[in-house]
Amino acid sequence: MADNIVLEIARYSPESDHEPHFECYEVPVRREWVVLDALNHIKDTVDGSLTYRWSCRMGICGSCGMMVNGEPKLTCATFLSTYARNGSKVRVEPLRYFPIIRDLVTELGGFVSKLKKAKPWLIRDLEQPLSQGEYLQTPEQLDRYKQFSMCINCTLCYAACPVVGLDPIFIGPAAIALAQRYNMDSRDQGSAERTAVLAHPDGVWGCTFVGECTRVCPKHVDPAGAIQQYKIAAVLDWLKSFVTPRGRDVSNQAAND
Amino acid sequence: MSATRQQTIRPAPAYTEFHPRWYRPRVSVYWWLGEWHYLKFILRELSSVFVAWFVVETLLLIKALRGGPEAYAHFLQIMQNPAMIALNIISLFFIVFHTITWFNLAPSATPVRMGGKRLPDVMISAPAYVAWAVVSAFICWMVLR
Repeated sequence: MADNIVLEIARYSPESDHEPHFECYEVPVRREWVVLDALNHIKDTVDGSLTYRWSCRMGICGSCGMMVNGEPKLTCATFLSTYARNGSKVRVEPLRYFPIIRDLVTELGGFVSKLKKAKPWLIRDLEQPLSQGEYLQTPEQLDRYKQFSMCINCTLCYAACPVVGLDPIFIGPAAIALAQRYNMDSRDQGSAERTAVLAHPDGVWGCTFVGECTRVCPKHVDPAGAIQQYKIAAVLDWLKSFVTPRGRDVSNQAAND
Repeated sequence: MSATRQQTIRPAPAYTEFHPRWYRPRVSVYWWLGEWHYLKFILRELSSVFVAWFVVETLLLIKALRGGPEAYAHFLQIMQNPAMIALNIISLFFIVFHTITWFNLAPSATPVRMGGKRLPDVMISAPAYVAWAVVSAFICWMVLR
């Protein structure tokens, strides 16, 4: 393992730059250091103007996602020593396909509005009175959606998805996976409301199943799986609408809202 | 009638605010060339063209068989053309690639649950590979016997 490693970091100052450029920083490599530790070291000791997001440092807040050597990674979970072995430089860039505000900070407003469209919360036709207690669920019912509920909104899947880059209005992997998380929840009754957004050319039908979202997901959510499963469900729902036309009215109503 | 006359109040249309200082990176036309995963995806998509070609070829074969011995002999003659052999070898490569990639992706799209638990991915893709091998072996036996 090398003693030092060079980090090539994308810098962009909205006040003075027209486009990002790279600056190199040499940092010591410690066995327990992750890329985020190196960034913190640079900010603390070399250049305080370096701007990036981070919070929990334990892979749960989802805010330190960056491109590390061209791969979307949580920098708090990416060891520097992995790169130090072959003596190469480590290139750190902001997450791909997002507008860049400054240095490594991306603009997430578009993602948040997409997420909101997918209605990732429990929707009930009628709330049962408190006196009836909680909505109960069996371990099997929990197991059906648990994988999709692990999403931390880190947006690595958006940075991995070429459809997101080519078609900015595509709702994207995490939003669909989270919609599916609630669709598959036995307590939820809102799947018809989500149909208008999901069974749409900018929803699941925008996905070409590149599968990169699943590969890069640090929480093993498998958004690509969620999308393909929803495609099958949407087709079955559409076929069912011919047999039971009332079912179709529901999705149309949601589409018109 | 009154219901149709009712004016529904729509929320203001969503628009993108103008932020001249954000840097908006452009996606290159060659985005799929830089990374093996993207290139693999493009090759998988492209493989559909070769699948379609094999379907057309099979239909032409059936047409030649219906046309009698002369038409069949003419079809075989065309198939023996080196360019046609090269095209078919490339098509075979792409069809094998198409089959393997889609068999590997199938478990993600069609999870099967038994006894309240999701079956491991290999339980979905392995039967597809076995069926593929059995059908291929049967066709080989038919052709070579």
